Amino acid sequence: MEKSTDHLSIELPKLHILMDRSTEDFLVRVHKRTMAGWKLGLSESFFRKILYVAGAFVLVILTAIFMSLAITAIPSIGHFGVSFLFGATWDPVRNVFGAFPFVIGTLFVSLLALAISTLFSLPISIFLGEYSREGAISTFIKSVIELLAGIPSVIYGFCGLFLLVPMVRALEIKLNVAPYGVGIFTSSLVLAVMIIPYSASIGREVISLFPSDLKEAAFSLGATRFEVIRKVILPYARSGIFAGILLSLGRALGETMAVTMVIGNSNFIPKGIFSPANTLASVIANEFTEATGQLYLSSLIELGLVLFMVTTVINILGKVIIHRMDMKEK
Amino acid sequence: MKYVLLLLLMLVALITATVDGAAREQELIGAGATFPYPLYSKMFDVYSKEYGVKINYQAIGSGGGIRQLINKTVDFGGSDAIMSEADLKEASASILHIPTCAGAVVITYNLSGNPQLRFTPDVIADIFLGKIVKWNDRRLSDINPGLKLPDMNMTVVHRSDGSGTTFIFSDYLSKVSKDWKEKAGAGTSLNWPAGLGGKGNPGVAGLVKQTPGSIGYVELIYAIQNKMPYGMVKNKKGNFVTATLSSTSKAADTNLPDDMKVSLTDTDAPEGYPISGFTWILVYKDQGYRDRPEEKAKELVKLLWWITHEGQKYTEPLEYAALSKKAVEKTEKLIKSVTYKGNAIMK
Amino acid sequence: MKELAIRRRIIADKSFKAIVVLLSFASILPMFFILFFIITKGISVVDWTFLTHLPKPVGEIGGGISNAIVGTFMLIIISTLFSVPVGVFAGIFLCEYRKGRFPYFVKLAVETLQGIPSIVIGIIAYIWVVLTMGSFSGLSGGASLALMMLPVIITATEETLKLIPDSLREASLALGVSYPRTILKVVIPAGLSGILTGILLGVGRVAGETAPLLFTAFGSPFMNFNILKPINTLPLMIFNYATSPYPEWHTLAWGASFVLVVFVLGLNLFTKVVTRKWKVQF
Repeated sequence: MEKSTDHLSIELPKLHILMDRSTEDFLVRVHKRTMAGWKLGLSESFFRKILYVAGAFVLVILTAIFMSLAITAIPSIGHFGVSFLFGATWDPVRNVFGAFPFVIGTLFVSLLALAISTLFSLPISIFLGEYSREGAISTFIKSVIELLAGIPSVIYGFCGLFLLVPMVRALEIKLNVAPYGVGIFTSSLVLAVMIIPYSASIGREVISLFPSDLKEAAFSLGATRFEVIRKVILPYARSGIFAGILLSLGRALGETMAVTMVIGNSNFIPKGIFSPANTLASVIANEFTEATGQLYLSSLIELGLVLFMVTTVINILGKVIIHRMDMKEK
Repeated sequence: MKYVLLLLLMLVALITATVDGAAREQELIGAGATFPYPLYSKMFDVYSKEYGVKINYQAIGSGGGIRQLINKTVDFGGSDAIMSEADLKEASASILHIPTCAGAVVITYNLSGNPQLRFTPDVIADIFLGKIVKWNDRRLSDINPGLKLPDMNMTVVHRSDGSGTTFIFSDYLSKVSKDWKEKAGAGTSLNWPAGLGGKGNPGVAGLVKQTPGSIGYVELIYAIQNKMPYGMVKNKKGNFVTATLSSTSKAADTNLPDDMKVSLTDTDAPEGYPISGFTWILVYKDQGYRDRPEEKAKELVKLLWWITHEGQKYTEPLEYAALSKKAVEKTEKLIKSVTYKGNAIMK
Repeated sequence: MKELAIRRRIIADKSFKAIVVLLSFASILPMFFILFFIITKGISVVDWTFLTHLPKPVGEIGGGISNAIVGTFMLIIISTLFSVPVGVFAGIFLCEYRKGRFPYFVKLAVETLQGIPSIVIGIIAYIWVVLTMGSFSGLSGGASLALMMLPVIITATEETLKLIPDSLREASLALGVSYPRTILKVVIPAGLSGILTGILLGVGRVAGETAPLLFTAFGSPFMNFNILKPINTLPLMIFNYATSPYPEWHTLAWGASFVLVVFVLGLNLFTKVVTRKWKVQF
């Protein structure tokens, strides 16, 4: 950015050709006064330095977070190495820790939740992006989706615990499965509702941005709405929708409270969809305050490190795709 | 400008509140066992009304109490588990186990009709090992001749957090079942072979209460307060005993070591309930660590004395066994040994 | 022949629309379920005693959530104080400097920070504040919430300021106003509605957070105005009471949920109104 003072002092001499004496005097006086005022006020370079510091601060915080996690996880990393991720035993008594049950639990719950939520968020995206872009119904549904996103996670867990769990338990009794009520299935349902807003809003934006002239060309050729959506809009919006799904996944992976309350808290590899389990996040929530022993605590923090890295990668991937789509627009 | 002033004002208000509050009243922070939580909750409420000192106790499990005490983030820890060698080494200072009461770990279950069941040690071990999976298993019906048990699957509920209740329970099972000792062992957090996990005694009680056909272990008062049935257990002398105030006290009436670190499980007392245990408040022997003010140490000692004397009258209404005279004598010696930078606090 | 094909296509078109509409409206169901239950179960619990009294010990009926309400507000104030100054300035930075590697990495850092799970933030706050201070405190809770609010405020500030046309900046600079004054007294006031929206959004997100507070704020049965001591908040209380087996505590949890939901949704509504009213049009 060029220095604005230079800009001003170059302008002034040129102006005086076009104006009479009095105006020029006036302007010169204004200029001098502002310059004097400037010297008394905040210096520009100082201000810019503050801006840089603020920006750097964010970088420092992020690095510090990563370092803190990595350093406190070292005892565990050193002890178990890479096999930590595949170790199936989590035994605090014998000091044997393996992350595999939680990796499976996290993947199982998140992917199932993703599948269920996409079943609803995709139609919502299409509905709001194509069929009903404006008007009362559109605003209504948009508000509902926003409200869904605003409800705190502990309340989802609470409602899940008292409303959903008895229903799932009744279902399990009918299916002749252990009537836990809690477990992977229940957690996925609760999680699915929580992540609908994320993929729905991005999907809606992408679909509504589809150039209308292309649409009109397709309509004029006699295509039905369904065909236009299926064959023209969706392929175009595919990457945007995918990015929205990735973002939902990132959110699902890290969700803690609602899942902890309905997942059943079992440190074993879950056997089926109705089994109790634990996710990376829920086991940390359950066992962190009481991990006695360096290795135990360090293993829990290593789980946090794994969670941190996985969610970061997925979120960045999603944002990169969206960014590239924005670029394509311009 | 206006915004900056507003921010500054808020900051000043916060700081004033902080400084003011810090000077005004004493607050002690404790964390740990859920086992005695109903008792502590009542005791500390009464204490704060009588003496004005607030005690903030968070029931996060015995493991949590031990961990936070080691980290010195709390004034005292609550635990039904005796601290292990490894933990004591990590604390690198002497930690006293001050007993506050004795309680019973009962086997509670959810069966229609709330039948009164009887259990033997080996059956309990095999249920929680996942070897006995149906309610109408031969071994259960053999010891419960009059009852018709349903053909239902058993859902085992255990603790998901580090628990002294688990410690007492697994300590007992390790004594009575070789299988258990090998497969699971004793500790505050186990690699449970089967079942669901609940957080804290309340979590387990809640899960058992809501899950038909489930079975779990909780401190007696949780079963009573939630009107849940619990079984009679066959003790060492062959008697089927129900967990009551008196059977717990009888189990506690044993040889007490000076440091009060003793397990009460599998008692020899003929009418003693075999899955009983003390619960302790853990404090550092020398309170002069980390620039702790002497005032706080004095308040803590006062509290410990109160809990083990006047506070004991709140134990029985909540079905906890009060400390016996012998126990109180030994405890008094322990409390008197608490020092502040080398000098005894209580003379 | 052709008519059959066309009719089939029309049927496909209509059924598709039906499915889309059905599934879209189906997603409203959970929302109404949740609101319905919270309102019906919660509203009967909420009365003046509930809002102004402290919780009672286990097994005793009655009690209230006053300390949780106060605690929630205190944590909101602390985290706002920490995150707004840094957040706004970082947002200005990202808006003023758009090209180059340094801003690129800062932007990446902001987005990464946004995605960090709340439980990991809790671990960090425990390591950084609780262990250093030697005790649980409202301060550590506030610190963790501030970390979560930061990316929201930065992004909102940046987006808002980007929308303000450069001509405003240039006009101000041309009149001789210094660069810092231009930003602080011309650009920011113009974007105030967007920045405030960002702050309110951050507050809404953070008011309902529980995970990071599990091992920082710790909870407390007492009223506490001191940020150096443990503190209770609404979400923390709901979690503790909901997972207990006592029916009296469950009732309290419904009441507390009602208060929390009213607060968070009310905040959302308020944000929308403020945005519309204060928005400067270009």
